[in-house]
Amino acid sequence: MRYAVIGGGPAGLYFALLAKKANPADEVLVAERNPPDATFGWGVVFSEETLGALRDADYETYNEIADSFARWNAIDIYYRDTRIRSRGHVFTGISRKVLLNILQRRCQALGVRIDFEREVSDINEFAGADLIIGADGINGLVRRTYAEFFKPQVAVHPTKYVWFGSDLPLDAFTFIFRRNDHGLFQVHAYPFDARTCTFIVECPEDAWQRAGLGSGAEANSIAYCQDLFRPELRGRRLMSNRSLWLNFVTLRQESWHKGNVVVLGDAAHTAHFSIGSGTKLAMEDSIALVDALRRHRDVNVALNDYEMERQPVVERFQEAALESSSYFEHVSRYASFDPRQFAFNLLTRSRRITYVNLTQRDPELVRTVDSWFSAAATASPDGAARLSPPPMFAPFRIGGLTLPNRVAIAAGPDLAAAARTGAGLVLTEFVSITEDGRITPETPVIDRTGQDILRAAVEHVHQAGSVVALQLGHAGRRGSMRPRVEGIDRPLRRGGWRLMAASPIAYTPHAALPKEMAGRDMAHVVTVFATAARAAASCWVDALELNFGQGYLLGSFISPLTNQRRDEYGGALERRMRFPLEVLDAVRNSWDRPLMIRISGDDWAPGGNDLDAVVQIAAQLKAHGADLIHAVMGQTVWESRPDYRRLFGVAASDRIRNEAGIPTLAGGNITTSDEVNTIVAAGRADLCLLDL
Amino acid sequence: MNIGLGLPTTMAGISGGLLVEWARHADAGPFSSLGVLDRVAYQNYEPFTALAAAAAVTGRVRLATMIAIAPLRNTALLAKQAASVDALSSGRLTLGLAVGARGEDYEVANVDSRGRGRRFSEQLEAIRDIWEEGKIGPTPKGRGPHLLVGGSSGEALARMARYGDGYMHGGGPPRAFAGAAAKALAAWTDLGRPGRPSLWGMGYFALGDGTAESGAAYLRHYYAFTGPFAEKIAAGNLTSPGAIVDFIRGYEDAGCDELVLFPTAPALDQIDRLAEVIH
Repeated sequence: MRYAVIGGGPAGLYFALLAKKANPADEVLVAERNPPDATFGWGVVFSEETLGALRDADYETYNEIADSFARWNAIDIYYRDTRIRSRGHVFTGISRKVLLNILQRRCQALGVRIDFEREVSDINEFAGADLIIGADGINGLVRRTYAEFFKPQVAVHPTKYVWFGSDLPLDAFTFIFRRNDHGLFQVHAYPFDARTCTFIVECPEDAWQRAGLGSGAEANSIAYCQDLFRPELRGRRLMSNRSLWLNFVTLRQESWHKGNVVVLGDAAHTAHFSIGSGTKLAMEDSIALVDALRRHRDVNVALNDYEMERQPVVERFQEAALESSSYFEHVSRYASFDPRQFAFNLLTRSRRITYVNLTQRDPELVRTVDSWFSAAATASPDGAARLSPPPMFAPFRIGGLTLPNRVAIAAGPDLAAAARTGAGLVLTEFVSITEDGRITPETPVIDRTGQDILRAAVEHVHQAGSVVALQLGHAGRRGSMRPRVEGIDRPLRRGGWRLMAASPIAYTPHAALPKEMAGRDMAHVVTVFATAARAAASCWVDALELNFGQGYLLGSFISPLTNQRRDEYGGALERRMRFPLEVLDAVRNSWDRPLMIRISGDDWAPGGNDLDAVVQIAAQLKAHGADLIHAVMGQTVWESRPDYRRLFGVAASDRIRNEAGIPTLAGGNITTSDEVNTIVAAGRADLCLLDL
Repeated sequence: MNIGLGLPTTMAGISGGLLVEWARHADAGPFSSLGVLDRVAYQNYEPFTALAAAAAVTGRVRLATMIAIAPLRNTALLAKQAASVDALSSGRLTLGLAVGARGEDYEVANVDSRGRGRRFSEQLEAIRDIWEEGKIGPTPKGRGPHLLVGGSSGEALARMARYGDGYMHGGGPPRAFAGAAAKALAAWTDLGRPGRPSLWGMGYFALGDGTAESGAAYLRHYYAFTGPFAEKIAAGNLTSPGAIVDFIRGYEDAGCDELVLFPTAPALDQIDRLAEVIH
């Protein structure tokens, strides 16, 4: 076999040496545009797992790498003039230059030919090769040449970042957050030998503009950052190495090979630097590719095998990297967090580390978080208790009401059964304020008979130690449907009732057309909501949840997709909110206990409300006396683009809670107590709706 | 978890007689269902016709379309065909429907593939009404055929939770099924549907000397429209008893209710070989 490797970074060199080692008779050529010692970047990070793979793949280079790397197990978080140290995480780092020199030497010892300072401008230069390996990075020739087949998706991240080095000796992976007049800046720094560290500075684009970093020379950037992080740098300096401010680019490609051409490392995929995995993924690609070529005689089968093995692994990293980068892009929303919660939130940002994982790595930190959380939840002295329940079992106070724990459960008709699960909050099914506000003939109505049944059921819940939130709503255009066991949103064929909504738009192609609500309809609904709230009070209900989402009557006013009114109740968000706020005001006047509002966190449909709009909606609801927001997703319109991944409602809850500043209940495929503990301790929600 | 068997309607050169014999043989074996695939622009048997033939020679197994491409068909005729197969088999039809994945089938059928998702949702909304109204017979007993919906997008899962009795997965390793099943359950819960959806999965197998190569070749051909992905599907063909046992265990752990294994070698001995493995 004759291999031509384009690009002499870690991926290309490691592939070359492994391939040559596997079969010394093969010809392996590496074309690298730079001279041998002109490497860019500072250090790279590996996990224990990667080191194991490197040891198995080539013991000689592993030994050299192991001799020159730095090991550490702590993460330091500098935030609001405090430092929180978390232990139990194992990292190793090595200078990129040292790594490349080790790989180059090993390549040459094995007989790999490396053409330095060779710029490849056409892949046909290697027409004689059996396999061409594109290891030439995200902007490389190979990827660009085969874009039509690889089908790249490129996402440019909104923040600016720059790679510096520093002679600051570190013994931890270090995150620094510093706010000045220009905005919030953060540092990701990690050691790669005893004397030097990588020092990445990241900030939002507007802060970067205000700081004048867009126009200045490299020296100005260094001076600015050195000054900004003077306390943490402790008099040490920042060093540059072609250090330009960039926007990170995430690359995904459907395929990584075509014919006898294959890509690996950054030429195949990238993952945001905040989870530090670029070089690790690249070298693992090289191992997998050489293994596949050894297993299969047929190159095409081998390339498929390589891709099948690596794509799921890379996708998982990319997902985690996306969560992580999104955290750093929006970190200013957590600026009021207690440092302990801030640290927990940071450490669990990518979802790869949860409450349970962190308890294994760093029990002391988790104990500290539990203790702080519990003290804050019970208004006890901070730090007094050494033994505290996990956050899921901390009580939650809302208004004058105390929930025994952070779990809510969606009840069916039997509230007592729901309470027996141990959930602190029993949330009822949809209860209609009137007969014609029902979803199906089976939807309960809060009329006289309904009240007697409700009163008895609430008593059972109280006996079980839980509290009840009654979900009140009017189905609007989603009414007059068949019982839900037969399907959802299937219109009744007979025995139906007249519907009304913000605008006359049917919910499904076969559903009845609702009447556009007139002024007197609205006045009536306001009155009936208030009456229903008083009835709920007389049934000893602890909290109300008004359904303002999911395409029901009030939700139909809020979404621009379903509100096409030309009067003062339609148009801009302020006007679309007018009727729902009138209902809220009326209920607030006749109900003095906790009031929750359910809203659709995202319409999941083009042209509908998105998370930005929903933060504003939540802020208005808060201003009108709502105590808590329950963010659900979608269902505003029949034809939508839902996303049912794990914890799909948590992002909306997180933004509403921490941008609009109101407590939230998060739902959406939350199924374990570990997830509840993680979400609640990280401050992404106050309560979680658990799907049991 | 039940184990079903695929009817090899998509394999080149298979005779009608062999298909009928296959169905009879499967009905005698330990399998709980017989599944068929659907394509238009391909050398295969039309799924409802094949199931009607199978209905005539079987008395026990469920008969399942996995899936039939609904938007290619007129809704009333689709409802009638399904009701007919259901009646011919005394209520043994499991109707799996989805939009399919091959543009070529839409081209040949002269149906616009744009907007197929929306049209499919409308078909699902209508089909039970058609059965229940009784205008287009034979009127099924009860609620009509067991209706499963396939597809992996969020739209598909919402459609499944609104109108289906469950979810039909399109194949892959157990962890792919587990991921899809978790999302199907989440959609079901999110839309407020009581109970839980039936979860069906599928896989491919070939047992016996020389069948691994020909099986992989068949899969490469059948899935050629997916481009390089066909190679991955071919690599997933289960070609040893151990691989089948592991696969079954993985699906069972992921909460699958019915796993249907499709042959990639079209000889009757495959049925006995598989029966031996699952016993």
